[in-house]
Amino acid sequence: MQRRTLMKAALTAVTLTALQTTTALAENPVLKIGFVGVTSGPAAAWGISNQRSMETRAAWINETGGYEIGGTTYDIEIVSFDDQKDPKRAIAGMEKMAQEGIHYVVGPNVDDGAAAVRPVAEASDIMYFPYAFPKELYTAPASNAVLGMIANYQSGPAIYKHLMENEGVKTVAFIAANESDPLSQRDGGVAAAKELGLDVVSDSVTYQVDTTDFTPVLTPILRSRPDLLVLSGVSPANAPQLIRSARELGFEGLISTETAQDAGVLAEGAGDLANGFISVGGASTPELASPMMNEFVDRYTKMFGEYNDESNTKVYALEYILETLKATPEAIDDVSAFKASMDSFSAPNPYMNGDEQLTYVGMTSFGQKRQIAVPLVVNVYQDGAFETMFIARVD
Amino acid sequence: MEQILANGVYLGSQYAMIALGLTLIFALMNVLNFAHGQMYVIGGFVTYTLYGQWGIPFVLALLMSCITLAIIGALIEKYLFAPVIKGSSREESTMLLAAGIAFLLDALILLVFGEKQRGVPKIVDGVFNWDFRVIMPYDRILICVLAILSIVAFIALMQYTKTGRALRALAQDRTAAQLMGVNVDRYSMIGFALGALLAGLVGGLLVTITGINLGMGGPTSIKAFMMVMIGGAGVISGAIWGGFILGFLEAFGLAYLSQYGDITYLLIFVSLMIFLAIRPQGLMGKPWG
Repeated sequence: MQRRTLMKAALTAVTLTALQTTTALAENPVLKIGFVGVTSGPAAAWGISNQRSMETRAAWINETGGYEIGGTTYDIEIVSFDDQKDPKRAIAGMEKMAQEGIHYVVGPNVDDGAAAVRPVAEASDIMYFPYAFPKELYTAPASNAVLGMIANYQSGPAIYKHLMENEGVKTVAFIAANESDPLSQRDGGVAAAKELGLDVVSDSVTYQVDTTDFTPVLTPILRSRPDLLVLSGVSPANAPQLIRSARELGFEGLISTETAQDAGVLAEGAGDLANGFISVGGASTPELASPMMNEFVDRYTKMFGEYNDESNTKVYALEYILETLKATPEAIDDVSAFKASMDSFSAPNPYMNGDEQLTYVGMTSFGQKRQIAVPLVVNVYQDGAFETMFIARVD
Repeated sequence: MEQILANGVYLGSQYAMIALGLTLIFALMNVLNFAHGQMYVIGGFVTYTLYGQWGIPFVLALLMSCITLAIIGALIEKYLFAPVIKGSSREESTMLLAAGIAFLLDALILLVFGEKQRGVPKIVDGVFNWDFRVIMPYDRILICVLAILSIVAFIALMQYTKTGRALRALAQDRTAAQLMGVNVDRYSMIGFALGALLAGLVGGLLVTITGINLGMGGPTSIKAFMMVMIGGAGVISGAIWGGFILGFLEAFGLAYLSQYGDITYLLIFVSLMIFLAIRPQGLMGKPWG
């Protein structure tokens, strides 16, 4: 008898909780935004910083009453899918988004995944924001992909030119992981360096992503004594080890990359040896970050225990989607309306000080506006933090 | 050439350490432990937390990594592998279990330690430079020496202690060992714990050089399998040979083939396929198992 009473009480409690949850969710209609990217394995940091940025922002919006689009206030729900950096899984992820009726997806994080999901996205009316650089994704006739960051063929030349003019760099060597993204970024970097008149002294050395000791990998490169060593497409996991090995082998030149890095990871993995390391960041430095950016960092840290500097760039995609939908409410269910509004869309950039605007760019690189405008902030690591080296713009 | 040889010795010693634990578990239980790499990662994270975050002396942190992994290994053997081995005679049951444990550990590592690459302060500063013929940071030399000493200690344990003799008996013939009075259940657990301890030890040692991250487990397991297959599955000396052979192949390949792109591992894999086609039992293994 007692057991039956206990069962009844438990059942009642579960029912009440479920009803309460439904009521809470039912206060605002839900707008689902998808994320398909890598959140496990060696490149997990890339996707997790995306996912957590989106979840932090969504929780923030929901906590403050929701997001108003066309007179309706929505709660934002992030639907995530781990593609494990596998194109087949990325396709499955995008199909899941289509099945859930989602029209706006952030990701995938890598070139082959982004290319693989294109047919699904186009057939299912999904706009997606990859962190991958192949130009064919963003040039006509493709029109559903929007580059979520600065591409290496945009940042690389700017960095090399700056270093040629200010640091007297004349020779450059490239090293890349033996994977599609880093290799294509290396090839783009080599072409850009040659076009600028740099002497490329080494561009064939690659390494396995699971390399545990970079000394043997770097030894042949450093014999060519380059002024600048470019770590093409280097992941945050490998960057500290490469820097440390290069410095321990006596390399005194400059080291740079065109990917975003995390200051904490560099500090732990390479310490002072990482001083002077040049990388690409977002609105990260104290002089650029707006109060809203600082609050985002605080909320992210509270939610997940630790901030990731890569999120300085990753925070933007969701904001662009929501701001564009706010400007064009019918685009919630009509992707063509979203595309039509991209040419003229403009809204204040809430994450940067000053009069910066959120706009779509990419005319120079892609012939159409299929890239979000994030500032090209080139950072230099110094004593545990990034300092702004210079700021440039795409287009 | 001196630099290549030094790189080979360093890589070989760490690889041999990684392979030892895997081959020990295989020898004792005929289990391909796909979670070996994840155990290595946990060892690295424990040392990172204790030494890098809490400031506990490195040696103590390393010891705690070993103990933590030994406990995890013992629990996994007692509550997961032992029941499955008793209940199923199909080898794929333990393989699936091992793969499942690998995924579980990956998820737990992400939850507990996060997704970021982690590193610890250097345990020794400075770089050994012999007239630019051999350049090797002192911490790498120290880790290399510690790895070689650990291998020697492990061999001594297996050769000269009662536990080692019981484990070797178990590896040679489980039924005969049982008939001779060896407590098979107990020593299986001890053996698995010892294999996991070795993973924790090498993880704790290498976190000082390579750092550690969530994704290192899978690739580490694959490399360990390669070394074990080269040396002969389940043979301790084979794992050591396998580790040093792979280390030297990498060191020479990266030095002489780098100008042709990343063909070092391509050639290593092709060589491994040809080698296994000719000698499937590996260098030190016996054709009958």
